Formats: sequence, C-alpha cells, structure tokens
Amino acid sequence: MSTDAAGRTFDLRALLAESGVGAVLDELDRELVGLAPVKLRIREIASLLVVDKARAELGVAGAKPSLHMCFTGNPGTGKTTVATRMATILHRLGHVRRGHLVAVTRDDLVGQYIGHTAPKTKEVLKRAMGGVLFIDEAYYLYRPENERDYGQEAIEILMQVMENQREDLVVILAGYKGRMDTFFQSNPGLASRVAHHIDFPDYSVEELEAIAEKMVTALGLRLSPAARQALSEYLALRREQPNFANARSLRNALDRARLRQARRLLEAGSVDAPMLTTIEAEDIRASRVFDAARSGTKAEEAAC
Amino acid sequence: MRITQGTFSFLPDLTDEQIAKQVDYALAQGWAVSLEFTDDPHPRNVYWEMWGLPMFDLKDAAGVIAELRDCRKAHPECYIKLNAFDSTRGFETVRMSFMVHRPKVEARYRLRREEGAGRLVHYTLERA
Repeated sequence: MSTDAAGRTFDLRALLAESGVGAVLDELDRELVGLAPVKLRIREIASLLVVDKARAELGVAGAKPSLHMCFTGNPGTGKTTVATRMATILHRLGHVRRGHLVAVTRDDLVGQYIGHTAPKTKEVLKRAMGGVLFIDEAYYLYRPENERDYGQEAIEILMQVMENQREDLVVILAGYKGRMDTFFQSNPGLASRVAHHIDFPDYSVEELEAIAEKMVTALGLRLSPAARQALSEYLALRREQPNFANARSLRNALDRARLRQARRLLEAGSVDAPMLTTIEAEDIRASRVFDAARSGTKAEEAAC
Repeated sequence: MRITQGTFSFLPDLTDEQIAKQVDYALAQGWAVSLEFTDDPHPRNVYWEMWGLPMFDLKDAAGVIAELRDCRKAHPECYIKLNAFDSTRGFETVRMSFMVHRPKVEARYRLRREEGAGRLVHYTLERA
C-alpha cells in the first residue's frame, strides 16, 4: 500500500475541480469587484486544503490547519459578503461539515448580568458548529474602560473553543483595522489563535462604478450614459466626505436615486418601458452631495 | 442490573460517533435536542434534571457532543439521556429519547410485595 501510494501522482487540478471549489472561486472573481489581496488569500487557503486532501490520501495526514480569520477593512468593503462565500468554500473543500454562516455581534455573545454570558456565548458557538461563526465589530467584545465588563468572559470561552474544537468551526472576526489592532494587542491569546489576517482595501472610483453597474442590473434597472457620468462625479465627491462606507454608501445612493426616479415618473404621468427601467442623471444630480460641493461646505448632512 | 429505558437500550451502549449520527438525524428532522440527567432512573421517575436549555437552531452534532462530554464530566455517577423534541404542530412532543451515559455501578431495584385489604397484593419497585 505504502509503496503503491509513494509511486502515485496526484492531479491536484482535478482534485480542485472535483470539489467544486473552482466554480466558487471563479464566481468570487466574477461577482466581487476588486479585493485582489482578499481573493489571493482565499485562493491560497483553497490550495492548501486541496493539497492537504491529497496528502491525506497518501496517508500522511497532518493536523487540520487552523483557519480562524480576521477580516479588517473600512465599512462596506465586503467583509460579510466574503465571509458568506468563505463558508461555502470551506464546506466544498470539506473543512467544515455544514457550511452555514452564523453572523453575530457583541450583543449576541455578551450577557447582561453575572452568569449570563457563558450560556449565551456557548449557545451561539453551538449553533455555529459545523460552519462559520462571523463576529462583526469584534473589538466591541473588549472594553478596557470597564474592568468588570463581561466581554472578557466571552473572549475566554471563544478562545477555548477556537483551540479545542478547531475542526468543528471556523471563527471569522471582522472590524475596522485600527480598532482590531488595538483589540489584538490587548488580547494576545486571541491574536495568536487567528492565523489569517486579511485586509480589505477601499474601492477605487472605477471599482465602485463597476459595483454600481452590478447592483443596478440586479435590480432590473440600468443607468443612462449621462447618469453614469453623474454617478462617477458623485462617487469622487462622496469619497472625500466623512462616513463614506464604500459599497454600502453606493447602495444607499442608488436607493435614493430610485426614490427620486419614482417621484419623477409619477410626476410625468405616463411612462414607457425604457423610462421605467432607466435611472437618469437628474436622479443622481439631485443629491445633496453636489450641493455641498458647490457651496464648498462639508456638512455632516451632506452625506445624504 | 442493566437499566433499559428509551430507544436502543437493549443494544450495547452507543459510541460517541453513533450518538453524533443519531443527533444529526434528529437535527435533519428539525428536532431540538436536549440533555437530561438523574441519579434515580426509576421507570416512574419522569422528572430528570435538565443539563442546560434545549439546544435550538443547531446545524451540527458537535455542539451536542461537547455538552454531553461536559455533562458526563460533571455527573459521572448519573444516568444521562438525550431527547429530541419535535415542535411541529400536531406532534409537539419528544420524538426520540435514548440513554447516552450510565454509571459504572448501575442502580439496583427490587420488587416489593405488599398485602392490602382483602389480601390483595400490590407490587412496587423500590431502590435496593
């Protein structure tokens, strides 16, 4: 058996294709715009798991790699979206058994009174077993200003499960870069248990335009050429303003443009099919972002 | 004396893998799994202690097995059973229940005869 196995060659590509991960990875490339470092890291993880699979067939199975991850990046850069895909990918590769995603925040883990936190955290962990646990804004778990905060207890239970039941679930922590760094500095035990730190870059205007195109198409609408131009000007202005949340801000802007479009159409009275499905430049140019740019102020409200 | 209660009790004790498979089946049916333990496995004792709350919204048996291990560690001298509750309208009851742990030395019961009025004999089980 061993001599036989030693002489075998492994078609890793076939193994990858067989797991159906290739399709998920291609889908990731096609549907998610930009995010080059993220995609690269996901491909690396997928490759590692495929190679491990081949090794396991050879009978030199090592311990399962620790795949706990930390996603850092500004709001709206696609952390949750990628986490959902990650669950599917890890499931196809056989690293997790079910491939579901349980998304939680501090409120779901930390209790209100003494003795409330442990059962609450454990319940969430049990629900996530066999899949991926996604903790959004994980740095809220640790509140250094209050030494009796129950967040620490949740972190301890989390660490214990991350270590002991590595094969049962994958934990993904997410949050803004600076605050996650502080969080890991104050919880070195947790930092050492998270093997993969992936940083999500901000989108460029071109990437945001490509995302807008996809969003609009998904809604069954389209942008007129003038609207496209208006949107790119809008994005260039909006990016410079405070509270810019990348794709999320874009989605909100498009939602408001749809509102304005609906009002415009009602005022017009009778419309034809192309009008119903087209967002015009005036729908976008009505945004207060342009007003603010014109008057030169950067009021907080201008974000609308 | 081997206590027999619930499903599978005339089979050899299930291993953890076999228990996990049964739990997976229960979860696939949409049943909520819970653990109970007692030191008094008398057939008429239906009030077993709950080990935590029933586990809702689980997708995988790993969480149940982890709880079972904790329960065994805390109560090695107790009987532990696993219940799967079906909340479907019309059922709303435990659909599957079996023992997952028994102490090294099992509880012993003996049959007691008691003579009542008119020389009527009552039989009852009591802990030996």
